Parts: sequence; C-alpha cells; structure tokens
Amino acid sequence: MSEIKKHDTPMVDELKKGPWPSFVDDIYTYAEKHKKQACFDIMGLLELSYIHKETHWKHGGIVGVFGYGGGVIGRYCDQQEKFPAIWAFHTLRVHQTGAKWYHTSALRKLCDMWDHRGSGIVNFHGSTGDIILLGTVTEQLEPIFFDLTHQLNWDLGGSGSNMRTPACCMGYSLCEWCLYDVQEMDYELSMAFQDELHRPAFPYKFKLKFSGCPLDCVAAVARADLSFIGIWRDNIRIDQEAVRAYVNGELPPNSGAFSDRDWGPFDIKKEVIDFCPTQCMYWDEKEQKLYINDQECNKCMHCIAVMPEALKPGTDTGVCILIGSKSVILEGAQLSTVLVPFIKTEPPYDEIKELVYKIWDHWMEVGKMRERVGELIQRIGLNRYLIDVLGIEPIPQHILMPRVDPYIFWREEEVPGGWTRDIVEFRKRHPA
Amino acid sequence: MGLEKLKELDPIYQKPYDPTLAEKLYNPERPMENRITDIGPPYFWQFMPPIVQKNFGKWKSHVIIQPGVIKRVSETGDTIYVVRCGTPRLETTDYIREICEIADKYCDGYVRWTTRNNVEFVVDSEEKLRGLLEDLKNRKHPNGSYKFPIGGTGAGVSNIVHTQGWIHCHTPAIDASGIVKALMDELFEYFGSHKLPAKTKLALACCLNMCGAVHCSDIAIVGIHRKPPFVEDERLEHVCEIPLAIASCPLGAIRPATVEIDGKKKKTVRVNVERCMFCGNCYTMCPAMPLADGEGDCITIVVGGKVSNRITPPAFSRVVLSGIPNEPPRWPTTVKWVKHILEVYSKYAKKYERIGTWIKRIGWERFFELADIPFTEKTIDDYRLAYVSYRTTTQFKFTKHVKTKLEEYYIKK
Repeated sequence: MSEIKKHDTPMVDELKKGPWPSFVDDIYTYAEKHKKQACFDIMGLLELSYIHKETHWKHGGIVGVFGYGGGVIGRYCDQQEKFPAIWAFHTLRVHQTGAKWYHTSALRKLCDMWDHRGSGIVNFHGSTGDIILLGTVTEQLEPIFFDLTHQLNWDLGGSGSNMRTPACCMGYSLCEWCLYDVQEMDYELSMAFQDELHRPAFPYKFKLKFSGCPLDCVAAVARADLSFIGIWRDNIRIDQEAVRAYVNGELPPNSGAFSDRDWGPFDIKKEVIDFCPTQCMYWDEKEQKLYINDQECNKCMHCIAVMPEALKPGTDTGVCILIGSKSVILEGAQLSTVLVPFIKTEPPYDEIKELVYKIWDHWMEVGKMRERVGELIQRIGLNRYLIDVLGIEPIPQHILMPRVDPYIFWREEEVPGGWTRDIVEFRKRHPA
Repeated sequence: MGLEKLKELDPIYQKPYDPTLAEKLYNPERPMENRITDIGPPYFWQFMPPIVQKNFGKWKSHVIIQPGVIKRVSETGDTIYVVRCGTPRLETTDYIREICEIADKYCDGYVRWTTRNNVEFVVDSEEKLRGLLEDLKNRKHPNGSYKFPIGGTGAGVSNIVHTQGWIHCHTPAIDASGIVKALMDELFEYFGSHKLPAKTKLALACCLNMCGAVHCSDIAIVGIHRKPPFVEDERLEHVCEIPLAIASCPLGAIRPATVEIDGKKKKTVRVNVERCMFCGNCYTMCPAMPLADGEGDCITIVVGGKVSNRITPPAFSRVVLSGIPNEPPRWPTTVKWVKHILEVYSKYAKKYERIGTWIKRIGWERFFELADIPFTEKTIDDYRLAYVSYRTTTQFKFTKHVKTKLEEYYIKK
C-alpha cells in the first residue's frame, strides 16, 4: 500500500467541536482505521472549499452501468493533482426499502461491499430517499452493480429525467394514523415502473411519494409530482371516556409533545375546539361530552393529534391523489393540487398504474425539456388537463376558489350555432 | 423483474460478502452476461422486526415518554419503545456498523431511518429501553460530540433535511453538512427537548435546486449565487448545446452570439445581466457558464412553510433575510439569525402554532418588528404570481414601519 497523505484542515477541524454528531470526526476516524486516502482527500478538498468558498466538483460526467440511464451520478474533482484519490468520485443511489427498515445483516454486507469498492462514505439517506454511496471510480461501477444484484438482491434507484426513487412515511409499521399501506404501494409501484426508474425517457424528473395521513410526514404535497395521501371519509371515532381523561388532566395532550414547558392545565376549548378550522366541534361542558359534525370536518387531524387516546380517524379509508408539486426551479415552487380527492384502492393498484401511464404518455408527448408535470398543467390550465388529458370530471375539490376573470375559453361546440357566421346577414341587421 | 416478496429475511444476507465474485461474473466484452436488472429494492417486510410484523396496521396509540422516546401500544396488547437519534446523514460505513452493533444488541438486528435523517431503534421492554438509552448517551466521537443524540420528537427542532454542498455537488453556492453541524450544535437543546410552541422543521439547500422540501419548512437556509454566469467563449460550443442553454433561462436573458478568437469564428452566447436572477439553470445545461463565486455567493433564510394539513393547509416558506455572508467553518451570522428567529417564535407563539401559523395570526409586519429583521426590497416578490403577496387591504398593524408624514416614507439620500 502506498503511503497515506494527510492534509491540514484547520477550518474543517472546527466542525469536530460541539455536541451534534461530527461528520468530520467520523470520516477522519474511518480514514485512519482503514487507511483510506479518499477520505483524507475529501476532507482536504472540503478545506479548500472552505478557503475559496466555492465547490471543487466539476460539472457532470456521464457514467453509469450498462443498460441503465440513471442511478449513478458522475463526479470529478477539479483538483486532481492535489487530491488524486478522489479525482473521480461518483455517487450511486441505492433504492431504499419501504419506510427505511433494514436488517443489520443486509447493512453490514452493504458496508463490506462499499469498503471494498468505494470511499466508505455514505448518506443515510439522500433527499429523495435512496441510500447514497458517495465516492467511487468508474472501473468499480459495474462490479458494484453486480455485487448489489448478485450478493445483496438489491437494485439502484433513479436519477436524471426518469421516475425517481419513490418514498413513503413509516406507515402501518409504526403509526396508528396510517390510512393505507404506504409501504406496499411504494413497493408495488416501484416494481411496476422499474423500466421508467432505470431508463430516463421523460422531459424531466418525476417523483412519487406516499404519506399515510394528512400530516404528510414524507412531504408528499411539497415534493412529489404525484402525491398520495391517506384520508378517511366516515366519522372520527370518539372514546368519550378518554376525552374526559384529557379534560381532567389524566392524559398528556398531544402524546406528551409539549412536556418541557408549563402551558397551564389542558383546556379543550382553547386547545382543540377553537383551533378546529371548520368549527365543526363542540364540547358540552354540562354533559362532559364532545360532539363532532363529521360532515363538515376537513380531516386536518389537529383534534386527533391533541387527544390521540380519545379520537381516531374513521375506518372508511382511502387515498387522495394530488399532482404537480416541485421546488422553485424553474417557474417557481408549487404544491401538489388535488386530482382525485378520494379512492378506495387495493394491491396491485392497477387503476393507479393506468392513471400514471396516462399522465406520463401525455407529458412525454407535449412536455418541454425540463418541464415538470406541475408546470405543464400551469401552461395548459388545470381544466384542460383534467378534461382533455385525463378525462376527469371537474369538481369543487379541485380548486380553492373559482376564477376571478371571466375570460373563459369557450369551445365552438359549446356555443349555440357554432362559430361560423355570415357577415352579410350580420350587416343586414347592423349596417356598418 | 422483481424477486419474490420475501416475508422472511433473505438468506443471501447470511452469506459473507465475496469481494472477488463481481470480477468473475462481469465480462466487459459481453456486458449482458450474468447481468441482473430491474429487481428493485429488497421487499420491506423481511426487514421489519417480528413484533412490528405482528402489529402491522394494528397500532392503537403512542405517547412520547421523554424527548426522543416514543411508546407505542397495539390493539394486540403489545408495547414497543422507539428511540429516535439524530445522525449527520453524511457518515461512514463504520458509523453504520456501530448502528448495526446497537441494533444487534438491543433490537434483534432491526433498525430504521426517518425521513429527516434520524435513526430509530425499536425495543420491546422497559429494561432494554433503559440499557439502550444509557448506551447511546455514552457513545461519543473522539472530540466529544454525541454519536447518537436522542430527540427529534414533539415540540422541538427535528434533524435538518439537507443537501450535499461542497462535499459532493457541482452547483452549490454554500456548503451543507458544515452549516447543519454548526446550526445543530447551537440548537442542540431544542433537539432533545419539548419546549417550543410546536414542532419546528429545519432544512437546508445549497442552491436553488432545493433537493428536499426546503420550500415548505418552518425555517430553511438556501444558498444563493449573486453574480451572472461566466461565458467561456472558447469552450462553450464544444461542451454545450447552445439552443438548450438559451431555452434554459426562465427569463429569456440568454441569446446566441458569434465571436472571433484567433481569427476563428466561434458560436457562443451572451447574457443580459440586467435580467439575470442567478438561478443557475444555464449552468445546469451548460458547463461553460459557471456562476459560483466565493465572494458573491450568500445565504437566504426563509420561514413559515409546512407540509402538514394540521389546522392550516400546507404553505410555502417566505424569504425574510437575504445576503447573509457565507462564513465557513461555523457560519456565525446564519446560526445567530436562525436561533434568534426560533427563540422569538418560541417567546410569542401560542401552543400548537407552527411558525407560519403564528406569523399568519400576528401579520408579517409584526413578525419583522418582533424579530427585529430589517425589512428590505429583497423581500418583496417580483417573480411569477408576485401580486398575490402584495397587501390589498387596510388591515395592517401599526408597527414601527408606519410613519405619520409622507416625507418620512421617502428613502433618505
């Protein structure tokens, strides 16, 4: 083994201090133990970035594994002489499991592979959801892919203009509020769309995220082109005995989430009833009984979160599908908008797969390069998108409020007599 | 296509890693030989502990018995304790192995991560819980930082969702992991406690691409470029598709041009710098248009966004501070402002109010006054849909910004 070259990193070393886990200490400890030049070099390069206040990673670099167009991000350093061990430092995205559960036997084997073939540096997890293997050379890409698929039964995730790796919240595995099986739907759609995930053919990225309830822990409404959020349509289940227990201070409000501050005794009027956005709740002081007008409830879940032992979502559950969220690039940030307010669905979710293909087929045909589906909808109008593209009947749930301007694009067939008129006849009635 | 949906742990993980296998299987001359594709991720069921499998979809309720420790009770009568710990997200395989060691010792080898980069250990008895908590507290890095700080629940600050920054990205204006570390050091007490008016989600994006839901966070940090791109005339036509570079600009500020270099005509582009908003899209499409600049790049802080539908609908974060200097290695100005905003919110908001809901109640003018943030033109929107953010009502509050004489409103020369 050639001699290890260490770099002075006084600025980066400042990040060894303080109570929060120090990635610098971690990487240096690992580097010393495994004698990894790449880890010393990445710290050296980071120091240089701290001095210059600029990145030292070059633009792009098209690398990948045979037959896939995504899952690997090529990365080259612009300081190749100074930091030769990281001159190529490609990233691999490894498709995380539903709700990010792992067994240590799988993780250890993945770690052994990455020690052998890469830098040993990882992200658990990347923003989209994948396990990120950070830093290897081009020659190792195929062997890593073979190791993943042959020794770990594991596949790469998405990158580039394709379906990105879907992600879900903790779902049924840990949460009592989960209203459909997010992990199963995540897996089922991931498997159905493997081709779209691995072989970019879209105008831009396309993300699917699955949240079990309107609290949306996986941020589906903010970062998915297609957001799936669990919802119920029947009545909130009430345990009046438990409601009284909250009122009498026997149970901690909001599962103890406010335990380190004295907010005074629990006040159901102030903390639940008054916060209800639809004012559909009533606490009868005399009867010591809570009433909910469920027809008016908009499922915000505040009351349920404050009194989880007493209130539970209904049992007639399903999924709300929303479309089009993205961050600011290019046309500004968008939240997803309601497409299908509620459906009951079961594995294998064939009707959802069909809907997704309908969305993709149209977007691939008319979408401009780097136009997300939400921007496409803005461009052509939600009404046209619903009716002409998807054939969905518009309903008030699609909008927050009706349009202000009456500049309606009437279509010829909607207007009595059509648009073909006789100017001669017109002028007989209205001489010029 | 996909493998069998395994309900039990795949026996393949019991076999040790063979570092020589791939070279035997992969033949560069015949790349399709032995190639397995499109198998997807391992089926999640096999990775969930038996007690979670048994109670899947049967959880009844939960209570956070202390910050970072969630007791979950099932309708079957089973009880589990979930211990949540912050991680730096950027870590090594040895750190993952240490997580494995803990999971093997207390959790029969099962472990999970949350969306916000926390790791969760699940135990099925109070005794194991006590042992686990004690164990976690004592695990420290050589210079004293906790490896597994316990917290991230309830009315506190959860772990920061963030991007790659200078450690691995080609477009960042700022670092990511370094700022997150500096910030979480300062906000450490809020990670491990429940003393805020509601949960507070922080995020960081090292450029406008905003990988992660930065645009809908309670408080978020965004790296911003402030100089128009270079145009490398000599190189551009060789590395860029000019029509794509032109089309990439949302403001139509790029036009084609031809220049003469050493008597040779070269196709290139010109940027109308007056129109440039420094989004960096052109650089994404064209490597000959870099715009990073150590002197010019800065930090913007946005506040008041959320994704939850609780009480109020999901909302975008809004720009309140911009032009904050980019200050490695500990970013004191940014850290100071974020902590300050958090503490002003903590002082004035009602229980259950997220930052955005609090500001909605008191009004933005009051927020700027209470937080003592200088209001500037930079905070007034001038991009798409800007009009919806203008005030079209006389419903405003008489903060210090309101004067009594017209002349007092004029900018002092």
